[in-house]
Amino acid sequence: MVENRPFLTFLTHAFLLCGFVVVAFPVYVAIIASTHDAQTLMSTTMPLLPGSHFIENYRTIFTSASAANGLPAYPLMAMNSMIMAIVITIGKIVISILSAFAIVYFRFRFRQLAFWIIFITLMLPVEVRIMPTYKIVADLGMLNSWAGLIIPLVASATATFLFRQFFMTVPEEMMEAARVDGAGPMKFFKDILLPLSRTNIAALCVILFIYGWVQYLWPMLVTTDPSYYTLMMGMKRMVAVQDGEVQWNLVMAASVLAMLPPVAIVIFMQRLFIRGLTETEK
Amino acid sequence: MASIDIESVGKVYTGNVRAVTDINLAIKDGEFIVLVGPSGCGKSTLLRMLAGLETISEGAVKIGARVVNQVEPADRDIAMVFQNYALYPHMTVRQNLEYGLKNRKTPKAEIDARVAEAARMLEITQYLDRKPRALSGGQRQRVAMGRAIVRKPSVFLFDEPLSNLDAKLRVSMRGEIKRLQRRLGTTSIYVTHDQLEAMTLADRLVVLNGGKIEQVGSPLEVYHTPASTFVASFIGSPAMNLVKAECQGDKLVIGPAMISLNGYAPTSGAVTVGMRAEDLRVVTGDKGMPFAVEYVEELGSQRLVHGVVGDQSLTIALSGETEIPANMRIDIDPAKLHFFAQADGKRISAADRSGAAADAPSPAPVA
Repeated sequence: MVENRPFLTFLTHAFLLCGFVVVAFPVYVAIIASTHDAQTLMSTTMPLLPGSHFIENYRTIFTSASAANGLPAYPLMAMNSMIMAIVITIGKIVISILSAFAIVYFRFRFRQLAFWIIFITLMLPVEVRIMPTYKIVADLGMLNSWAGLIIPLVASATATFLFRQFFMTVPEEMMEAARVDGAGPMKFFKDILLPLSRTNIAALCVILFIYGWVQYLWPMLVTTDPSYYTLMMGMKRMVAVQDGEVQWNLVMAASVLAMLPPVAIVIFMQRLFIRGLTETEK
Repeated sequence: MASIDIESVGKVYTGNVRAVTDINLAIKDGEFIVLVGPSGCGKSTLLRMLAGLETISEGAVKIGARVVNQVEPADRDIAMVFQNYALYPHMTVRQNLEYGLKNRKTPKAEIDARVAEAARMLEITQYLDRKPRALSGGQRQRVAMGRAIVRKPSVFLFDEPLSNLDAKLRVSMRGEIKRLQRRLGTTSIYVTHDQLEAMTLADRLVVLNGGKIEQVGSPLEVYHTPASTFVASFIGSPAMNLVKAECQGDKLVIGPAMISLNGYAPTSGAVTVGMRAEDLRVVTGDKGMPFAVEYVEELGSQRLVHGVVGDQSLTIALSGETEIPANMRIDIDPAKLHFFAQADGKRISAADRSGAAADAPSPAPVA
């Protein structure tokens, strides 16, 4: 804003701060909780200042906490989550960018139909089609396998739709110039569309990585073998203890740790975002 | 270098929308052809059919005696300059120039030599390592031309390449395109809607209207003997005055006014008469036609006087110093009149007087 109105500045900042507090407070509480012992969290009101059990709690997470809850080791679960999130991200981007390329740049019968079928699947949440999906995966014998964990989650209508929208903003002359320059369709895709989509890919990476990282319902359904457990499933099991007290301090420590990879991805991709925003390339 | 033969080419889009009808044109090697016409006249479609970006629905296009209807754009030995330049934004200028050559597996040394030569010719050497977004419109235009030049094609195709530039730059780039084409001697086809650009660039003009050729000829031929009222009104600025008139023997009657034809009458009856603004002159006494001035446009070197004779508007171009008298009368050398049939707008020339005379009485109005 160019105009200088102190009251408006104050108001906007006040709103900004309120919003920030609402969003950040639960995260803050989680971090604080992970530094106390279980006793403090259960007996008194929730403390708002850091406690003295930070190192102890986090060490327990990496050493004995998993075994105590009948779970595989924390690093293994983290690795499972990581593999799942990364493969889903890459798979989704590869498949959706190629299908968007086909839909936008090739003239074939049922092109519109293909687009609409993809688009309609956007309108159903995963949970609605989870039974048929489970049935198919079970019939194909993919329960308790990486394939079963990942493949059903790889197709992405959202990403296809976004890439389609982006490709439609690329001037048609670009494709025609490439044709005159002797670039076939795949060469055009590789040399021109892919570099131009770089910032879109970076943005989608962040969104899709987080999507894969926080998957909970699907992994729980298709895996019973503890060696495929992901972090989200592990944490759920730590909360759902049969008798005795939930060790909230450990659960919170595990949650805080689980937040780190997505944060790292956002920070890493941020550099690409900013580059993409400052160099407007069209 | 190649000649191009366009033989009864037509374009029909799906849904039976006809864009181009029966175009026949033989383009000589090294010629600079300008396709000119209002928007929607099919000129870009025709160019894109030559480029191979649109399929050819009817007829055949030959580039250097080879029929190219089914040939991919890249294999037609053409290069195209687009209106919005279509530079690859993520590549440097050098990479933009190299791209087509690399795809053709040209040896590296050869690529470097050609890029250097084209860059020198277009004076963009110092920008070779910049990205297109860091260049001004004129510089981008040069890069787009460079991309065409490095390929050393036998035909250049230009699709309104200057319409995104400001007026001043357009004039200088126009000169540059002309000079470059002379120097390289490459057959060129240039599409524009700007009649001035068309006049200044063309060896031969092709005036298109409604997907058909109205007239083909050198700029001066087209200017001095327009084949129809459409060409007459499209080529030349200010546009040729077209008025409804009647030939009565050796007299031309325009509303209440009358001028003597001195034996130049090509026909009799109702005609559309064309008069170039600069051919009209102010006369004294009671000769010529009374002209009621409405307003004057000052162009510095010229003043354009708009007014009416009877109920027909006319524009006269006078030199800057000419006085505009209160009761103005204007006249024209009858040799400089252009006669068109009112029915179809076609030119009535001295040669086909007898034929045109038969058509002339039909009262059908011409738009």
